[in-house]
Amino acid sequence: MSAAKKPRWDVSDIDTWGPDRHELGATIPVAGNSEDFETGGWRSQVPVIDAKKCTGCMLCYFYCPDASIIIENGKAVGVDLKHCKGCGICARECPADAIVMKTEHKE
Amino acid sequence: MTEDIIATVAVTGNEAAAEAMRQIDPDVVCAYPITPQTEVVQLYAQMVADGKVSSEFVTVESEHSAMSAVIGSAAAGARTMTATSSQGFALMWELLYVASSYRLPVVMTMVNRALSGPINIHCDHSDSMGGRDTGWIQIYGEDHQQAYDNCIQAIRIAEHMDVRLPVMHMYDGYVISGAIGPLVMLPDEKVRDFIGPFHAINPLLDTKRPVTVGPFDGLHGWYFEHKVSQNRAMDRAFKVIQDVADEYAEISGRHYGLLDPYRLEDAEIAIVVAGSTAGTTRTVVDKLRARGVKAGMVRLRVFRPFPYEAYAKALEHIKVVGVLDRADSFGAQGGPLFMEIRSALYDNDPRPQVLPFIYGLGGRDIFPDNIEQAFAVLERAAQDKKRTSTERRYLNLRED
Repeated sequence: MSAAKKPRWDVSDIDTWGPDRHELGATIPVAGNSEDFETGGWRSQVPVIDAKKCTGCMLCYFYCPDASIIIENGKAVGVDLKHCKGCGICARECPADAIVMKTEHKE
Repeated sequence: MTEDIIATVAVTGNEAAAEAMRQIDPDVVCAYPITPQTEVVQLYAQMVADGKVSSEFVTVESEHSAMSAVIGSAAAGARTMTATSSQGFALMWELLYVASSYRLPVVMTMVNRALSGPINIHCDHSDSMGGRDTGWIQIYGEDHQQAYDNCIQAIRIAEHMDVRLPVMHMYDGYVISGAIGPLVMLPDEKVRDFIGPFHAINPLLDTKRPVTVGPFDGLHGWYFEHKVSQNRAMDRAFKVIQDVADEYAEISGRHYGLLDPYRLEDAEIAIVVAGSTAGTTRTVVDKLRARGVKAGMVRLRVFRPFPYEAYAKALEHIKVVGVLDRADSFGAQGGPLFMEIRSALYDNDPRPQVLPFIYGLGGRDIFPDNIEQAFAVLERAAQDKKRTSTERRYLNLRED
C-alpha cells in the first residue's frame, strides 16, 4: 500500500487543539506515522557525502538509526534532513571516508 | 440463580463484592491478595476454577504488576477488574495515574485499611483518601449491600462514553469486609442486562486498526490539554453517576444519590461521615432527636468527583457541621473530607461553621458515645456567639 492511500491522522493544526479535540487518553489512532515526527531539529552536525568516494557498500544506509541516508542507483547521494539527528554513525562507519560531519549553522 | 427469587442472604462484605464480580463476569481480572481484601480474590479465583465465570484470571507477583496488567488488558480491549487494600494500593500508585490518563474504564474493589506504619491491618480510609488525586472516580459504600450495588454501578459509570474513567469503590475493612451482614442480590440476567456488553475504544487487539497507547507526549506536547480533558470527564461524571443510580433503582428498588442525607431537613447541627460509621451515626441522630436535639447526618457516597454543589445546598441551613475523617492529612487544616466540605461551603451565605474530627485511625473503635461527644461540640458551637476553633478534635484517642 502506498503512503498516499493510508488513512492519515491530520494533525497539521494540532497546536490549536483544545482539551476536547484530542484523542481519548492521548492515543495515536493510526499507525505508520513516525515519519511525521521530525527529529532533524535536534541536529548540530550534518553529514556531508562525497559521491565520488562512495563505493556503494551501503553500510551507512544500514547503520543509520533514522533511515535517513538517501540511496540512488546503489550509491549514497544525500541525507533526509527532516529526520537525521546528526549522530555521526554514518561517517564513523563509512570504510571509504566518503562521509564527514560538519557543524551546521542554522538561521 | 435461574429463577427470579430475591432472597436475603448472609454474607461477608468480601463475599458481596465477589458475587457482584461473578455476575459482572469481566473478561479479565488481574489481582494480588492482601488483607483484608484477600477473600475477594480467593473467592473469585475459585469461581474461575469452578467454571462459574469466563474471566481470564491473571495471577501476578505484586500490586504494581496487578495494575500494570490491568492497564494492558483494558488497553487491549477487555473489560477488566481488580481489587486491593492499603499497601497494595500504595504499590499501585504510579500506575493509578496511568490507568486514568489512558481513560481506561477499569473497576477496582478497594477494601479500606490503614497504611503502615506502624504496621496495622485494620480499617481506616487513609489508603483510598491518599489516592484521591489519581484521577479515579471514588465511591464509598456503607455496608454489605452497597459493596455489591456500588460494584455493579461502577461498571456502567466507568464505561459511559461521557466518562471513560476508572472507578474504585470502597467499603470498610473487617467491619464490612469480614463481618457477616445481609445482602439482597439481583438475578444474574438482570445484572448482565444492566451492565450490557463492553465497548472498547481504540483497542490494541484490533489489528485492522493499529493504534499507539501511551506515547511520549513530545517536549512541548499536549499533556496540559489531556489533564483538562480528564477533569472535564470528572465534571460530566456527576450526572452519569446519578443517572446510573436512578436506573439501578428501577431494577433493585434501592435508591442512591451523590450523597446520602439523614434527618437533615430541619437539622441545625449535622455530621458528615463516610463508610460503616454512618450506621452508628444514624442511631445517635435518632437518640438525639428523641431528646429534641435537631441533629442530622450526611453520609459521603461519591468523593471523586466531589459533589461540592450538592453539599453546599444540602448543608445550607445547618449552623455547625462536624466532619468525621477516618484519615488525616498531616500538616493540613484537617482531614481530607473536612477540607472538601469546608471549601464547598465557603460561598454559602450564611456560611455554616465546619469543624474537623478525626476518628478510627488504624481501626480504633468508634462508639455511639464518641459520636455523641462530637454532636455535643457542635451543639455548643451552635449556641456560642463567637466562631469555634477549627482545631482537630480526636474521637476515642487516649490522651496524656
